[in-house]
Amino acid sequence: MGEFKVHRVRFFDYMPSGIRALAFNQDTERMAVARMDGSVEVFHCSDRFFQEKIIPGREQFGIEGLSWVGERLFSAGLNGGITEYDLTNQKVKYTIDAYGGPIWTIAGNQQGTHLAVGCEDGTVKLFEVNEDNIQFERNLDRQKSRIVSLSWHPSGSKIAAGMMDMIQVFNVETGHSMHRMLADRGVGTSRSKECVVWSVVYLSDGTIITGDSVGMVKLWDDQTGTLIKSHNVTKCDVLALSVSQNEDSLVAGTSEGIVVQFQFVSMVLGKDDKEWVRTRTFRNHTHDIRAVAEITTAVVSGGMDAQLVVRPLLDKIEERSAASALRKIHFPHRRLVACARKSGLMLFQYPGHLELWRLGESEGKGIPGSSLFVKRNPEKLLHLKVKGEDHIRCSAVSPCGEWIVYSTASTLRLYRLHCDNNNISITKISKLPKVLSSANQLCFSSDSSHLFSASAQSSVHLVSISQSGCKFVGTLKPKSGSHQAIHLLAASEDGKWVASANSDHEVHIYNLQTRKAHCTVPIYSSAVTAMGIHPATNCLFMMHADQQMFEYSIEQKQYTDWSRTVQRKGLHRLWVERDTPCLNVMFNPQNPSHVILHDMYMLCIIDQSLPLPDDKTQFYNQLTLKSLTEEQRKSHSHAFKVCKTFKDILCVELMPDQSLVVVERPLEDIATQLPAPIKQKKFAT
Amino acid sequence: MLYIYIYIYIYNIVRCGGSKVNLRPPIISTDSRFLLCASGDLVKVYSTRTEEWLHSLQGHTNQVTGIALNPANHLQVYSCSVDGTVKLWDFIDGILIKTFIIGYPLFAIYVSEKHEGVLFLHVSMATDSKNECFQLVAVHLPKSAEQEVEAKEMSVVSSHISSNPSCTAFGRGGEYIAFARHLQLNVYFFRKQKTCSFSLKATDKKGAKNAFTCIACHPTDDCIATGHEDGKIRLWRNFIHKKEYTYSTQHWHHNAVNTLCFTPEGTHLLSGGIESVLVQWQYGAGNRKEFLPRLGGSILHISVSSDGQLFCTSHSDNSKLLSFKCLFLPMLFMLSGDGVLTDLMIDPRSKALVLNGKPGHLQFYSLLRDKHLYNLDIVQQEYIYEAGLDQFEVVKAAFDIKGSWLATVEERGQKSSDLEFFLKLWAFDERTQSFVLNTTITAAHTDRIISMCFSSSKETTMLVTIAEDGQFKAWCQGADADTQQDQNFWSCDFVGSYHNLKPTNCSFSADSSLLAVSFQEVITIWSPETWEMLTTLCQPPGVIRDLCFGRLSCSKYLLGTTTRNLLCCWNLLTCALEWSSSVEVSKLQPDPLSENVAAFSYQSKHTDVFVFKPSEPRPLFTNKNVCSEKVHRAVFVPREEPLNNCDESSQWLNRSQLYFLTQNMDLLTFSTATEEDRILSSSKQLVIDDSVAVTPFYLLLGKHGQQQQKLNTQSHPAADKPQQPQGSVTIKELLHTPAHVLPAASVLCSMFVNSLLISNTGVQEEMDSEKEEEDSEEEMEACDSQQELRVQGSVDEVTLKLSKAQERELKRVRKTDFSWMAGLIDSKP
Repeated sequence: MGEFKVHRVRFFDYMPSGIRALAFNQDTERMAVARMDGSVEVFHCSDRFFQEKIIPGREQFGIEGLSWVGERLFSAGLNGGITEYDLTNQKVKYTIDAYGGPIWTIAGNQQGTHLAVGCEDGTVKLFEVNEDNIQFERNLDRQKSRIVSLSWHPSGSKIAAGMMDMIQVFNVETGHSMHRMLADRGVGTSRSKECVVWSVVYLSDGTIITGDSVGMVKLWDDQTGTLIKSHNVTKCDVLALSVSQNEDSLVAGTSEGIVVQFQFVSMVLGKDDKEWVRTRTFRNHTHDIRAVAEITTAVVSGGMDAQLVVRPLLDKIEERSAASALRKIHFPHRRLVACARKSGLMLFQYPGHLELWRLGESEGKGIPGSSLFVKRNPEKLLHLKVKGEDHIRCSAVSPCGEWIVYSTASTLRLYRLHCDNNNISITKISKLPKVLSSANQLCFSSDSSHLFSASAQSSVHLVSISQSGCKFVGTLKPKSGSHQAIHLLAASEDGKWVASANSDHEVHIYNLQTRKAHCTVPIYSSAVTAMGIHPATNCLFMMHADQQMFEYSIEQKQYTDWSRTVQRKGLHRLWVERDTPCLNVMFNPQNPSHVILHDMYMLCIIDQSLPLPDDKTQFYNQLTLKSLTEEQRKSHSHAFKVCKTFKDILCVELMPDQSLVVVERPLEDIATQLPAPIKQKKFAT
Repeated sequence: MLYIYIYIYIYNIVRCGGSKVNLRPPIISTDSRFLLCASGDLVKVYSTRTEEWLHSLQGHTNQVTGIALNPANHLQVYSCSVDGTVKLWDFIDGILIKTFIIGYPLFAIYVSEKHEGVLFLHVSMATDSKNECFQLVAVHLPKSAEQEVEAKEMSVVSSHISSNPSCTAFGRGGEYIAFARHLQLNVYFFRKQKTCSFSLKATDKKGAKNAFTCIACHPTDDCIATGHEDGKIRLWRNFIHKKEYTYSTQHWHHNAVNTLCFTPEGTHLLSGGIESVLVQWQYGAGNRKEFLPRLGGSILHISVSSDGQLFCTSHSDNSKLLSFKCLFLPMLFMLSGDGVLTDLMIDPRSKALVLNGKPGHLQFYSLLRDKHLYNLDIVQQEYIYEAGLDQFEVVKAAFDIKGSWLATVEERGQKSSDLEFFLKLWAFDERTQSFVLNTTITAAHTDRIISMCFSSSKETTMLVTIAEDGQFKAWCQGADADTQQDQNFWSCDFVGSYHNLKPTNCSFSADSSLLAVSFQEVITIWSPETWEMLTTLCQPPGVIRDLCFGRLSCSKYLLGTTTRNLLCCWNLLTCALEWSSSVEVSKLQPDPLSENVAAFSYQSKHTDVFVFKPSEPRPLFTNKNVCSEKVHRAVFVPREEPLNNCDESSQWLNRSQLYFLTQNMDLLTFSTATEEDRILSSSKQLVIDDSVAVTPFYLLLGKHGQQQQKLNTQSHPAADKPQQPQGSVTIKELLHTPAHVLPAASVLCSMFVNSLLISNTGVQEEMDSEKEEEDSEEEMEACDSQQELRVQGSVDEVTLKLSKAQERELKRVRKTDFSWMAGLIDSKP
């Protein structure tokens, strides 16, 4: 496998933002996640929960609710505006003000015709969803207190609204209130505090289910406006509710960090009189759960602890597989670290600023596994704040370390770094070509002479940069295909090729000499999570979300023999069952048959010259190999060499001096920086 | 004629065919009046109202392993036994109705209303008894009129079930039966004849232990509650589906759940475990639960009466507890048996047997009424129910002769090296009628206290303790001048030792003029007045084990037993050995009311009893092979009234009765034939009393009638006890009964006034009552001449001194008949 000197980097203080809202789209199987910092992410539920799209947030842009209307995504927040997102180009399409003060909730009806928002001033406002915008239609009867939660009856004729101390049912036709149901306050000292109905769900059979700040999940009858049953779930708040598509299961998220499942089961077997019964309890969170969603086969929950937990429901799953395992998503499926390989610089991307660090140096050699003496500490060279309110979408540093570029939703900025001894200064390159107004992904060529900027319509702009300035060279456009935004770019070492991958799983390869599309890799069903062009053979190596790997020869425009062998023999079960995507593909220049991959939990070197493992062979065989003699080792070794020494990996990069940079962000460190959870009495403490 | 009458069985564990069989859950009769529990080879019937033992259902020849009410007739009960039979009883009258011979050892019984004439039994696989392989079989009971029937028609429901009978339960209306074994839950549906099984993983990442320990099914919903080894309770639903079954988990118990039980309405689920906390979960309300803590030993079984008003929990320390929903009155029925460390003692005041009770308590148990009186908290610390904790236990206790002082020793750290113990002295408080802590001595000795005794003189009370540190100490009340307080505390008066030898026992003579302390092989005699050593006695070889002085006419003798099979008797006047005999004595027990001394000797694996007077070496009474275990604890219990038994061999039982505790925690006693009769008859009497329905009328008039009855019997020449003011209960009843259920005031008036009268002399009372009776008889003549005749006849006989049996007959006739009419008729103008 080879020996590497490893820079174990732990000074990237990346802090994921808490999850505020979830919205699931049954038809496209996409899960939209809104975070506290205003960013919206779209996960593909049937593709191993790959994070397909990220729309960065803005300062002072808190999202309170998310709603799908058809394939369109809307959000509303405390700034009082309703926002529609352009999912193709991964940006905000427009924001219109609802003129009702801060908006607490947004809900679209199943017919896809209307959006309802609940405002601070006590109004429920209906918006008509038009072809390319939304238009205010009318207000429902105004209430005295703020509207905290909303739910449409599946028929679209009634709306239930949760407020302070009560629940109102509105007739959408007339706009009048049909029922007013009072939620009880807590007993004792909490009696003086008003009861907030945090969440409401309207079922097709007329049952209204509410979750409130007293810790109760209550079932109401909308015909009579009476309480049917109440379940005491917790001592603190029930913050979120979600019902399954066929309305036989309900999940409730509480501020204690537990998710409680209720099921609609018949009390006497074989008869139809069903009741909602509390069944399972899932304890995967440490902090408040702000949003839950029950999707077809799993319960998805997210909260203040910033992790998205996908808990599979085993009774709904046909057969157990890797796709049905418990999944916790901590880190974005994008690279937040860029590395200037030739100069040993690291660029860390935070939402509102960039940090540039120089790696430390160590002395001498040690035995494998030991830590070396650090001769020079790593130092922070630069702290670059973003101009404006938008958060950074993507950034890059050139391999020579001379150029830094970042892009927000509105601007793209290119800086030149002057580094003489200890004096570091940057200059902004002022006159950028017009095409560089914004980018979805940025990448430098290996000789740092060109910048690739992925922009709208799946096109890549090519800009040459030099001391004198930068000059637009041309635009690389795919011959055909979709206009989805590009999320990955890979340039070849020899400067001949560049490859782009977009969220429709298309991979286009362009010839830089002719500046034309060279070819398109056959479309695979799963998204590309990482790719790289081999420096020697010019083969494109692609990793997919379902852990499959492909090697595509650019020159021959076909899959390589090795790739075909992999597909024929299949990958090892343990490899396929890993639950985080590979985020980087690197090649070892000293050993062309080695491909280095990493995901959140491990670092792997694939030796293409060795035989592939089948399901019977031991996959993690490092320890066994160590105990064997040289000859036996040959017969036992296989292509996959996995190193699990490092945990919670954000990035791995191979430097030209054969040293590895491993950027770790231990989850324990994140946990200590989170706000304190609700204090609970634990047994035996 | 003498025979051993087994008084109370306390079986903790009985080994049958190589398998452990724990005590089975008790059941409460449908009308909540009786509690039935399996105990040894008997089924005992208790009254839930009076907490008294009524009678036993006797007939099985081996351990009774299960009882179940007959679903077709709620006055009948099935019991199954290891002897391979199922018996059907009428439990009110204690009559055996039928015996079904199954032919295999049976370990549990389940019945259901839906399956009439079918019994479900746990049967041990006949082929290999060593492997605990149990089968659940359905036995169809043949319909035949014979007393003994062989039930041959059997079908196997499941061939692999758990040996734990609480792992099987009938579901809603007998539609299905659920049984669990290790990690698998099986539900057998009778209609579809199909078994669904669900299994859990043995452990998970968090260290859960998922093995099933018990099962209960909801009476009206399809919900199965299962208890698990790690204390979790799971509620299973939707279990007809192989995949879509679902369960919710609740976790409160920190150790295995021993038992689960739904209330008859299904509104609550009760659970219990080692914590000895009865947890009442509200069904369908998630985590809402109520607790009833500190119930005694760990809870093994819970049963609920059919009206849900009465819970019965049985505990590992052999006590049973009835708790009413509103009042939670604890009643210990049986002697706590686990680890009796103290001697058996008699409280001189209440004449109750005193020994270890609940952990850290002494229990007072009335032998006369076979009833637990109360627990005295000695340790006064919360007992934590968890295995492996070293906690304080009462190891020694002693009463002084008047019963006004109680000395106790509690100890912790018997196993480890750091021993901790307290000597406590308790004074009897006349006002509260209980013992109050007077003095706590933290370091009475530097090592463990071996034994202690009070001086028996009536003037001054003195306590002598001997300990392993080689010293004996005398403790007196108020001897310390430094403490100038109103209360007199105890302090050390004298410290004595003898050549640094370890003391083994101590004893005061009957008049407290001498104290004998044995040091290894030497007995030293001290004068408590002057604390001077009078003499030493020695009879090597062998360490002295027991010591006792003779009483009454034999008070000049001192008896001692050694470890080398020697029983010696010294004459204290001559200071010489009077006689000795070579016998291995495990316990020497003098009778405080006579000269007799009982000795228990353990030889060749059985225990013999000798009763003798120290003055004559020939025993008064010998009984070979009383039991097969060693006897270490025995006590003479003074009788209330001495018997006038002339039979020579049983004369020693006239004044007091000998009780002894075997190592198996059976409390045995000797009784005479006449006593036996009395006990049996009294139990019969109780049953009849109980069989009358309780209505306000009964309370008012029936009680009144009873009193009349009593008056009658008391007016016999033999009964010359002073009259107690009668009727106070009646008045209370009258005043507390709602007016609308009372008879007209005119009816009650005379009776009310009558009951307020307190008769001065018994003669007058007798006259009154007889007159009253005559009145009533006259009136009755008009109603029923036949009845009248009988009554008339019996009245005549009363004067002619009835035999006891006839008297009882009379009582019954009177009570069931027309006593209430007397009042009615009286009021007529």
